[in-house]
Amino acid sequence: MEEALKSQDHAHAPAEGFLRKYVFSLDHKVIGKQYYALALAAVFIGMVLSWLMRFHLVWPNAKIPGLELIAKTGAPGGIITPEYYLSLLTMHGTLMVFFVLTNAPFAGFGNYFLPIQIGAEDMAFPRFNMMSFWTTFVAFVVLVTAFFIPDGPPISGWTAYAPLSAIGKDAGPGLGWGQNLWVISIAIFCIGQLLGSLNFIATTLDLRAKGMTLMRMPISTWAWFITSSIGLLAFAVLLPACLLLLLDRMAGTSFFIPSGLVVSDRLQNHAGGSPLLWQHLFWFFGHPEVYIAILPAVGIVSHVLTNSLRKPLLSAKVIIYSMMSIGFLSWMVWGHHMFVSGMNPFSSLLFSFPTLTITIPATIITLIWLGSLYGANIQITTASFFALGFISMFVSGGVSGFFLAQPSIDIYLHATYFVVGHFHMVMGVAAIFAIFSGTYFWFPKMTGRMMNETLGMLHFWITFVGTYCIFMPFHYLGLVGNVRRYASFVDDFMPALMPVHKFITIAALTTGAAQFIFFFNLIHSRFRGKQATANPWRGTSLEWSIPSPPPWNNFGGDHPVVYHDAHQYGVKGSTGDFVMQTSPEQILNE
Amino acid sequence: MSESEVTLHGAGGALIEGSPYGIPSRKLTMWLFIISDAITFGALLFGYGYLRTASSDWPAPFRFNPSILNVMFMTFILLTSSLTMLGGVDAAKAGDKAKARRFLWSTMLLGVIFAGLHIREWIGLIDEGVSLFQNPWGSPLFGATFFSITGLHLLHVTGGVVAIAVVSRGFSRGKLTAGHVEATGLYWHFVDLVWMFVVPLVYLLNLAR
Repeated sequence: MEEALKSQDHAHAPAEGFLRKYVFSLDHKVIGKQYYALALAAVFIGMVLSWLMRFHLVWPNAKIPGLELIAKTGAPGGIITPEYYLSLLTMHGTLMVFFVLTNAPFAGFGNYFLPIQIGAEDMAFPRFNMMSFWTTFVAFVVLVTAFFIPDGPPISGWTAYAPLSAIGKDAGPGLGWGQNLWVISIAIFCIGQLLGSLNFIATTLDLRAKGMTLMRMPISTWAWFITSSIGLLAFAVLLPACLLLLLDRMAGTSFFIPSGLVVSDRLQNHAGGSPLLWQHLFWFFGHPEVYIAILPAVGIVSHVLTNSLRKPLLSAKVIIYSMMSIGFLSWMVWGHHMFVSGMNPFSSLLFSFPTLTITIPATIITLIWLGSLYGANIQITTASFFALGFISMFVSGGVSGFFLAQPSIDIYLHATYFVVGHFHMVMGVAAIFAIFSGTYFWFPKMTGRMMNETLGMLHFWITFVGTYCIFMPFHYLGLVGNVRRYASFVDDFMPALMPVHKFITIAALTTGAAQFIFFFNLIHSRFRGKQATANPWRGTSLEWSIPSPPPWNNFGGDHPVVYHDAHQYGVKGSTGDFVMQTSPEQILNE
Repeated sequence: MSESEVTLHGAGGALIEGSPYGIPSRKLTMWLFIISDAITFGALLFGYGYLRTASSDWPAPFRFNPSILNVMFMTFILLTSSLTMLGGVDAAKAGDKAKARRFLWSTMLLGVIFAGLHIREWIGLIDEGVSLFQNPWGSPLFGATFFSITGLHLLHVTGGVVAIAVVSRGFSRGKLTAGHVEATGLYWHFVDLVWMFVVPLVYLLNLAR
């Protein structure tokens, strides 16, 4: 707290020295890039883990050269053991949900563009901001360390379900120190996110430029603002949950461990706790977390689409209100993750209703996007294609949510690949598409150079088709009854499904390989890309009113004055078919 | 126009949109932190309620004398410290450094007394055989929830005392403003408020019959 109080007393000066400039920077733009880079590292590891899993599923006896060096006991001779498969699964989920889907669209882009879009020089608390990144970084390091300890990473999944996650080594490899590291990492991560959320909210409310009323903020700013409000409350629940789990593991308490539990033929020395309590606490965080991942994506896509359709969305206001109601409803639906947990079936009914209700604002947002496409002069850019791809994923993945929201259907589908397909499309890949869209759109602003559009389009089409090839069959597998979290399918029932699994694995390897086009494009364009002008996409919002890349104090010491909202496209203005937020010219019918 | 905006931008009020709450960023952020922290305590208290309801052998060990009397006295101390904090904030706003310092130091002293009484109570319970994983009377979760909830609160009290010490020193030396004292005060009152939930839920509900 002391740090933050001090930081307010002086706006920070331009950074000097390598450490202050690039490492412990107070500049929100550098911190945003740091978050983005951390997410890139995490997504790379997460992707490789998913390759290993897919590879092992269809070729269970194939050697993976080199793997035995990292996992001596997990992959003796390069062949993955069933337990190590679960370790890979746990780390894949944890890295992707926490360090990619939360970091990139929210903390990464949010840090970089939220202050600029509202016309501020920096975040309200730059020192808090720096601390929040480095806290997250420490969490990342602690988590990844689990790969290099003798036992390997935990095998309890990204949800770390008790009681097995709570009792230690008896429960399996990785549930000793591996699980400890996991819990500690996530607790640290919570602190980083709480610091970030405080900062985002204070910045949005207090540092808006003259004329930037709340309703004039771009939809992306609104999305980050609403997301940070959710994060402020959600991580405040996960933090104590992690602390209780840690107490169970290290101090001998039994919050999540019932009496008379026998694991590995040993009666556990705990009594009286409830494994369901962990699920309640975890999902009370976990469901809002889904929206922490997807709402920034909705904001980024709306922002990109408004620009590339060259006309305002049918109603920006309704999108904003819908995002708010999604944020509100997100607190009432956590139980729909627990339909098969042994919870009272009447509670399932109670949770099913708000879950179905939440589809209404989500559908409204989607319909607004689709309706806005009518009569639009859509720009053929990679950013706009990824935005449209996002809508496609969001709808395809969202539709299966209608089924899963009903307890009677979920009981059959819950432990199958159907659920895996559902959340990968609606939350995972959809948010990744929004990250890509944001990257292609904002890269010129962030680096001063354009990305290569040809490579971008190639990247888009392979990723788009590949994603459908991977995740659509998951739904069919689930309907047939293919259980999830199994390391191999060797019983009589499974051989008929193996061709589908092979197809998915090949699609996953191909789609993953296509991501190297993106990595190459990113790095190549950073140094060799075409010079970007200040406003290459003819955008209206404040980030396009300053040079690319922006100077250290964003507006060069000026204080922008805002006259319009960010949706003034398709109007006749002095600059063409759009009027910038900072342009004082009058617009009829505004 | 808030003070933080002035200091951060070094510019006058006409250059920035007013905050919808009309309060400085620092104060707003303290309120946000309080909301978030309240949720954290809420989660712990929810867990406690959940486990208590689910246990058939939940003990009720607290007798009026000495446990409840001790808690009443602790509550009195903490409430009084809120009052002295109020005096400290008022004096700081009026610019009376010496008076603010006196009030802040009384607050800290009361906080320390509270912590001392709390630790004395803890030691008493530990002597009776209560620990994080067992107790002589019933469900082992009694000790686990008791120590984790009161422990987190005690941590907040300790953190508060340290924060007041830092702010008091900074304010006397002119490095920190009355705004800092006020934000610290908000935090202190919040810690007090949490105790008002802990007393009925953790102590009075477990009153020996």
